[in-house]
Amino acid sequence: MSPDSHDPANGGAPLNPCGGCSGPEALAAPARGMQSSGHAPLDDILSRCEGLYFDYDHEAVAEWKRKHPTGAAVGYLPVYVPREVFHAAGVLPVGVLGAGEQLEIVRGDACFQSYICHLPRSVVELGASGRLDVLDGMVFPSTCDVIRNLSGIWQIMFPEKLTRYLDVPQTTDPRVGQQFFRQVISDLFRDLCKLTGRKPEECDISGSIRLYAENRRVIEELNALRKTSPWTVPGSEAYLVLRAAMVLPVEDHTQLVRDYLQAAQDAGRKPQDHARVSLCGVFCEQPPLGMLRTIERSGCAIVDDDSMQLLRWLPTDLEGGEDPIDALAQAWCLDISESASRFVPDGTCKGAGFVKTVQESGADGVVFAAPSFCDPALLDRPMLVDACEAAGINSTSFQYAENSGQMQPIREQTGTFADSIKLWSDE
Amino acid sequence: MTAEDKQETGSVREPSMLRQKEMTQGHYERLAQAKESGQKVVYTFVPGNLTELLLAFDVLPVLPEINALQSGMRKRSAKYIAEAERQGHSEDVCTYVKCDIGMLLEGNVGPTGEPLPEPDLLLLSYTGCFTFLKWFELLRERYNCPVAMLHVPYQSQGEIEPGMVEYVVEQIQTEVIPKLEEITGRKYDEDRVRELLGLSAQAEDDLVAVLESAKNKPSPIDSYFGGVYYIGPLFTAFRGTQDAVEYYAQLRRETEERIARGLGPITPVGTMQEERFRLVVEGPPNWTHFHQFWSMFHEQGAVVVASTYTKVGGLYERGFRHDPSRPLQTLAEYCLGCYTNLSLPARVDMISDYVRDYEADGFLINSVKSCNSFSAGQLVMLREVEERCGQPGAFIETDLVDPRYFSASNVKNRIESYFQMLEQRRSVQTGTKQATPSEKVAPS
Repeated sequence: MSPDSHDPANGGAPLNPCGGCSGPEALAAPARGMQSSGHAPLDDILSRCEGLYFDYDHEAVAEWKRKHPTGAAVGYLPVYVPREVFHAAGVLPVGVLGAGEQLEIVRGDACFQSYICHLPRSVVELGASGRLDVLDGMVFPSTCDVIRNLSGIWQIMFPEKLTRYLDVPQTTDPRVGQQFFRQVISDLFRDLCKLTGRKPEECDISGSIRLYAENRRVIEELNALRKTSPWTVPGSEAYLVLRAAMVLPVEDHTQLVRDYLQAAQDAGRKPQDHARVSLCGVFCEQPPLGMLRTIERSGCAIVDDDSMQLLRWLPTDLEGGEDPIDALAQAWCLDISESASRFVPDGTCKGAGFVKTVQESGADGVVFAAPSFCDPALLDRPMLVDACEAAGINSTSFQYAENSGQMQPIREQTGTFADSIKLWSDE
Repeated sequence: MTAEDKQETGSVREPSMLRQKEMTQGHYERLAQAKESGQKVVYTFVPGNLTELLLAFDVLPVLPEINALQSGMRKRSAKYIAEAERQGHSEDVCTYVKCDIGMLLEGNVGPTGEPLPEPDLLLLSYTGCFTFLKWFELLRERYNCPVAMLHVPYQSQGEIEPGMVEYVVEQIQTEVIPKLEEITGRKYDEDRVRELLGLSAQAEDDLVAVLESAKNKPSPIDSYFGGVYYIGPLFTAFRGTQDAVEYYAQLRRETEERIARGLGPITPVGTMQEERFRLVVEGPPNWTHFHQFWSMFHEQGAVVVASTYTKVGGLYERGFRHDPSRPLQTLAEYCLGCYTNLSLPARVDMISDYVRDYEADGFLINSVKSCNSFSAGQLVMLREVEERCGQPGAFIETDLVDPRYFSASNVKNRIESYFQMLEQRRSVQTGTKQATPSEKVAPS
């Protein structure tokens, strides 16, 4: 086992959850005023999620493969892949979202100049250090130029593994985009089936679609409770629970969310008078857990964020119908969710969808937290800030990296922002 | 004394250069008069541009990257970038975008000193660069005009896959053409497009001949610093015009004459006298210090015999030509084939082929901060090409149009060190070759 990995025997929990690199802010969890009541199931659930979060060696995936000897595991990067076809092909989809603040990056830095974001460095580090050996392939969606080129690096570094680039349509005509995306998904499905030896025509894609729709329904419940009662479901906890979807089979994750919802409501946490904020810009390179807790500790309740967008996209009542791959392609093309990685078509005001989301979440303000050198998030930001200003929504902005360690400046900034909301929001 | 002879002394330009200048000047004059003349204006990008289609509708193309690089060469980009950053744009993002936004905020004055017309349409050919998508979202906010979105799939497996051409063609038919018809009030005229595509193919033949002339020793051209001028008309507003056909025919004649006379490439200080190093270059040039950057090469007798940047607007040397018999299909194939739409392994193949085919002494990567499409992965490419070709590469870092990221002393030091290394390597190799005969006669 590598020195910076974690001991699964220790309940999957990290040996050193903050590794001394995140500063004292990240050490104490959960955030002040959001303490668990000591309810055992809740602690157990969160401990499990945190263990999965720090499981850089992908022990949980290896365990799944031991239990499913004919199955395969394939990684994917943010923002969107049709996980339903992975599932139908007998493949465990594994979100590879970087390595946070824990992993020392050596080989990853040798592949990228200083002005490239941090995510691909840690992904390369994970791959080059053997931590992704358990995966039988990787899928790189068309999120940005860096992830696109990372697919080529992967082809060069791991020629024996399946490497696929997922070209998600940007065209505004759903009919044209749907036809293209149907072909893209079909090709991917065929490749995934080759890994497991399943015959595509014998796979139950509709059944998988139903399972993921059910998963989205419980996530929708979680997000709803987070908005109405953020002290019951703090943003940093919700993040951990949702992040578990990156490695757990969908059936297990759905149950995990249900268990968490029950346990969180049973915990009887007291209401808090925090400023309600929506966190924007964290859709690809992940915010360090310490950063989320720091924001909360500074007096903000994160009632919404744009992390792990694929858990929210597509309808919660999606059905496969006669042509389930076409149904997936169509659902994507008809989905009007705004994202930095999707083109906003004519007739829709850029930022209007975002403002609507913020308003629906009941947030008092927006924290724009973009990863350094992230073109999609940073180029979007001026437009979204303008849209917020036009709608009378306050915002504050800063940049981070997945391995950011110094949280004090962020605490001061978001704390001041929370104070300003509390003091002057009525004016 | 002929114009070319004068050029050898560094005082006069070749006729093709003067012709290109006149063509560019004329284009900007037409743009300045567009509102009066009633001509519609479409902003679009260089990679995957649909110039023949635009010209068939008699609209005037504006290419924001070209405006940005010209602002860089004219030392205006720093001011424009600062203005964009004051408006909330991050230091971390593409400086072409910020330069363009800043130029817009400062009155959108073009290179001729007159304001550029606002666009009637933004043709977003999303080819090989994700930032294009954000760029036109930003411009749409400012200009409040429609966008025609053309999503060009990426050649991730190193080839055009089934369905890709059809997908692009369908978008041209359902998105691009209807919007062009709407803004111009004209119907799509396929015969006119065919006619323009025929002219494109003629010019493309001549461009390929010019670029491949660098296989000669000495090379009559510099394929990077000189190359950016050679690709100008074909990559911008002139593909499909008689002007472009005549320009490239003339350029080809001049190049062939240089080969016949054994002349090296033209540089800002005249004809290069001695070709000491033949290089392949990957990545765009720096525009803010373009001539200073070039001088670091030509002063050392280094000539770039092949470059990838001169392929961002089309990969003609591999046989592609616009085909008038299949107008929309050929436009789709063109969009799909631009250099930055190729996978990293395909880019490695191409650079390695260049090193071999052009008998280069080495290769250099100019990694620009602004362009993730080019830059992400270049360190891996460097190692791959080194391994395949058995030749060391050089790696420098600059930017497109942000002068804050051009450190002349650092760049010069690296380039000079690289040339010294190539020289030393050559000495060792020559020494080895010379030693071989004596080794043969030496007693065992």
